[in-house]
Amino acid sequence: MNFLGQTWVGDWLTGLGRIAVLTRDAVASCLTFKFSRRDLFYQIYFIGIKSQSVVLITGAFTGMVLTVQTYSQFHKIKMDTASLAVVGVSMCSELGPVLTALMVAGRVGAAIAAELGTMRVTEQIDALRTLATHPIDYLVVPRLTASMIALPLLTVESVALGISSGYFVGVELLGIDPVYLYYNMLKYTGDIDLEFGLVKSFVYGGIIALIGCYKGLTCGMGAEGVGRATTEAVVYSSISILICNFFLTLALQRVAQLVL
Amino acid sequence: MIEVRQLKKSFGSQLVLAGVDLRIESGESAVIIGRSGGGKSVLLKHFIGLLQPDAGDVLVDGENITRMNERQLLRVRRKFGMVFQGAALFDSMTVEENVAFGLRRHEHLTEAEIAKRVAATLDVVDLPGTQKKKPAELSGGMRKRVGLARAIIYEPQIVLYDEPTTGLDPIASDSIDHLLMRVRDQLKVTSVVVTHDMRSARRVGNHVFMLHEKKIYASAPPEEFFNSSDAVVRQFVDGVADAKETIL
Repeated sequence: MNFLGQTWVGDWLTGLGRIAVLTRDAVASCLTFKFSRRDLFYQIYFIGIKSQSVVLITGAFTGMVLTVQTYSQFHKIKMDTASLAVVGVSMCSELGPVLTALMVAGRVGAAIAAELGTMRVTEQIDALRTLATHPIDYLVVPRLTASMIALPLLTVESVALGISSGYFVGVELLGIDPVYLYYNMLKYTGDIDLEFGLVKSFVYGGIIALIGCYKGLTCGMGAEGVGRATTEAVVYSSISILICNFFLTLALQRVAQLVL
Repeated sequence: MIEVRQLKKSFGSQLVLAGVDLRIESGESAVIIGRSGGGKSVLLKHFIGLLQPDAGDVLVDGENITRMNERQLLRVRRKFGMVFQGAALFDSMTVEENVAFGLRRHEHLTEAEIAKRVAATLDVVDLPGTQKKKPAELSGGMRKRVGLARAIIYEPQIVLYDEPTTGLDPIASDSIDHLLMRVRDQLKVTSVVVTHDMRSARRVGNHVFMLHEKKIYASAPPEEFFNSSDAVVRQFVDGVADAKETIL
């Protein structure tokens, strides 16, 4: 135990335990509606509206490049019109939620960690506590809730734009038959693919906000501490999203098999 | 009333408080003095539950707060207002939003009532008409006044001041001292001031505690304390690096 406590494994387990406690407190606070709606709407604006450009550009270019790559392989076996179906399924269930989450982790996760970290080093979080305000109610819950609302919406936008851009590239640049391209996309992209994506993005929204808040609230003193917290928030969120994506995919596939 | 019994606190291997005992009566204006880095601010933060001790008890109005969790502490903290060394204003908010923060969170008042209370409190701290300014536009002294306004607007029973005059010029320090005395006398609050400014300590306190070598070394009314012949007290009061060079 002593050995564990002195290694990175010990630190990692401690951090994981603290995030679990933060999650429990934040969910308890969410359920009792102790947060302000005004703060929630501001955070939805900050996370959702302000991330539009990043997410839309990522979605559009991912859809376009995926269409070109799929077409280049499918053209060899005369399956050109199935290209957009691949794009549809990939964008809905994997690329849409994962890439959107990674972009939002870079923008929002870093911003949350930097803001809360600065508040910590300038004693603003202590000031909140002296004003009889729980930092979880005031700082964590609005960000967590907003992130879990905004990310599925951003994912839908990214997926829609990715498929539209892929369709445009397929029809206008690659000369694929528009009717069959669209028909095959609708035929092979099921509701379940989009539902998988929405569930995933909801979870990733939680991961981004919780890791950003945790890193900010526990950051070291001084500018160096804030800088490190910001970097770690982005790195840990991104890694967590990628690892979580694998296990979520397995779990959702299993659920789908049982339900359908 | 605040009572501290055998309070011990360490950060890592560094022992900061090694069994502090003190008692501050209701309505009293207590000053805690001691050398920089001696644990004064750490002690002050224990009074309001911002730090948890390693051992010992902190009682506020007879209620032991050391065994309370963060949610239970929120109720106790409504009795307190705290002015931080660096003011700790919320920099994303205006002066008005900072000062009104406690009111908006805990009292059901209309915006007109809040605006009236904010204006009245800013008058008390001699900062009328600054409602729309951001903290970044204020000087150090003004920031501390806004911090004080934020701490007293909901009329707490106890106000804690963490080095209220540190970093200010003598004139600004003097005006902060007068403000502290005005708040103490007008609002009849219990005040606890952590400082190493001897002029300020003489004027605002009616009981002085000296923290030395991680414990309360001396405790007395200001007249008695500042006339003490104890070598350690004299060294600190006279501000001499070597105890042998004390004036008396």
